[in-house]
Amino acid sequence: MKIEDKKRVLREMVLHRRFEERCYQAYIERKIGGFLHLYPGQEACCNGVMEAARPGHDYVITGYRDHVHAIKCGSDPKEVMAELYGKETGSSKGRGGSMHIFDAAHRFMGGYALVGGPFPLAAGIAKAIQLKGGDEIAICFLGDAANNQGVFHETLNMAALWNLPVLFVCENNRYGIGTSIERSTAVVHQHKRVAAYNIEASECDGQDVEVVYEHARKAVDHVRSGKGPYFLELMTYRYRGHSMSDSRGYRTREEEELWKQRDPIFILRDRLIAAGELTMEAYEALEKETDAYIENEVIKFSEESPEPRVEDLEKYVLADRASQQQWLTGQAA
Amino acid sequence: MAQIMLWEAIQRAHDEEMARDPLVICMGEDIGVAGGTYKATKGLYEKYGPLRVMDTPISEGGFTGLAIGASFLGVRPVVEIMSVNFAWLAMDQMFNSAAKIRYMSGGQLEAPCVFRSAGGAAHQLGAQHSARMEKVFMGIAGLRVVTPSNPKQAYGLLKSAIRSNDPVFINEHELMYNMKGEVPDSEYFHPLEGSDIARSGTDVTLFGYNISVHWCLKAAEILDKQYGISAEVIDLYSLSPLDRAGIKQSVSKTHRAVIAEEDEAPVGVGAEIIAIINEECFFELDAAPVRVHSALVPQPYNHTLEKAAIPDHEDVVKAVLKLFGKA
Ligand SMILES: Cc1ncc(C[n+]2csc(CCOP(=O)(O)OP(=O)(O)O)c2C)c(N)n1
Ligand SMILES: [Mg+2]
Repeated sequence: MKIEDKKRVLREMVLHRRFEERCYQAYIERKIGGFLHLYPGQEACCNGVMEAARPGHDYVITGYRDHVHAIKCGSDPKEVMAELYGKETGSSKGRGGSMHIFDAAHRFMGGYALVGGPFPLAAGIAKAIQLKGGDEIAICFLGDAANNQGVFHETLNMAALWNLPVLFVCENNRYGIGTSIERSTAVVHQHKRVAAYNIEASECDGQDVEVVYEHARKAVDHVRSGKGPYFLELMTYRYRGHSMSDSRGYRTREEEELWKQRDPIFILRDRLIAAGELTMEAYEALEKETDAYIENEVIKFSEESPEPRVEDLEKYVLADRASQQQWLTGQAA
Repeated sequence: MAQIMLWEAIQRAHDEEMARDPLVICMGEDIGVAGGTYKATKGLYEKYGPLRVMDTPISEGGFTGLAIGASFLGVRPVVEIMSVNFAWLAMDQMFNSAAKIRYMSGGQLEAPCVFRSAGGAAHQLGAQHSARMEKVFMGIAGLRVVTPSNPKQAYGLLKSAIRSNDPVFINEHELMYNMKGEVPDSEYFHPLEGSDIARSGTDVTLFGYNISVHWCLKAAEILDKQYGISAEVIDLYSLSPLDRAGIKQSVSKTHRAVIAEEDEAPVGVGAEIIAIINEECFFELDAAPVRVHSALVPQPYNHTLEKAAIPDHEDVVKAVLKLFGKA
């Protein structure tokens, strides 16, 4: 990574972290409802991979822990937060909520709530790319526990069989809600499961964004050059509970502390400081600036935005009638 | 009789049945060490161990099929599907294997399996976590469907479901696990078929099940106090089969019917009840039966839209007043 890129990624990761922490606060204040799944601890995964890919050009799809992925693809943090506030100005016009951020313009194909659901959708997006002949790739970010759905295996088989341009990124944070990977999965290292399908796969540290970037570059090049799917496993950890109602009784505070010693933001920050490219004062100022931006712009926008109108309850259920007239009635408009 | 919460009632039913029969087992995501998302299996892992209280991988199609296979050999699995929205992934096995096995084997095999799942719209859980799906399960030959509206039913229906030799789907509600109610101290088996008269009345029958029983009861109270209308509330804890005799009896008495369902109307519980009324007692009717139901939309996240999409007791009151020409 170039030094300028490292500095930019640090700024972005700080934004991602502070954004999520602000969501936590807004949830407590009951500004955000429903389920809320936060990303702190895993920032290097999304950032490292997307630095190697082309955000806004490549298609990205993921699960319910989706805010940061959307922002990294180019979504305006204001619109993501407004979605969590259920506002008409939100990414999904307040209809989706935290688990369903969508931003088609930035090729963020969405967050989905059913574990494993995005696997075949990603392969389908890759199929469309193949048919249309573009140089984009499809990137599917999902958790470790999702690999126990049958559809994971069905998708891997088809992706390999049809040589689809899809990169599967497994963010292995060792837990599916409160069940540790050892208790749910016969094979802890997920990339080993993929070998059976003749798919290129590798594993790396998911806490160091530069390490992720180096591995992701290889993976992205592989997929983009037409060599078929790739499976990249990133070993990582989520600091907070699975969602807001989780008191983390299934793991020890010592384990959490160990992982916090390998904080993705601090790893990059300290490296930049050691290289004389950053000072602690500058870093602290960055945190403050970020918080001010979130408060003065992101939160303000979300607070001030209008709610959807009740009259529009049935909007978006089906295609706009006028555009479909001929097919609905058999008669041209 | 003790006042306990609905989740405690379910937990007690599991516990008693597991203590009695070593072939009763339970399985599902986070039900063991974590005690279950809704605590319905709390403490069972510690008591009965991992062979009988199984934390499953996130493999709904897989573990549901595995439970059904075990039931062929006489094991009595109680499968928890964390949220009914995830049951779509398990339906192939429930419908194609469990529900049909007795018939297609000419009575040689059976699948005495229980599937429990939390359905309904909770608060702002969005389109993929708010489904009401009882109507999907109701139309399947070979599958029984029950749905508790209070802790006593939750306890007694699960007990009977475990003992029954048929596959039973138990539709619970996300918002009702902490509801308190009386449950008999001694062992109690709630019938899997029939319906309960939750409140008797003479002018109109309000049909409800699960959460909508409570809208009906609240509406009946208001109708009585404010409008002098005497409403009977029928609790349809069995959705398959529906209680034809009970439906006929009540409508023949009140001559009017309102059906309250949290689900959307098309092909739903209300549609089915109206068909039964037509078949059983059409000439008893003084007015066309009415359905109170959700809007036909994927559940919106936004709080205001969500409220607009889902009915409540006020909608039941309005429907009744309209029926009496008072609105
Ligand atoms: C089909 C389905 N089953 C169960 C759930 C409930 N659930 C939501 S997230 C989750 C754990 C997923 O873990 P993992 O794939 O490792 O992702 P992580 O949350 O760790 O990022 C479960 C069981 C669901 N949403 N969908
Ligand atoms: Mg995980």
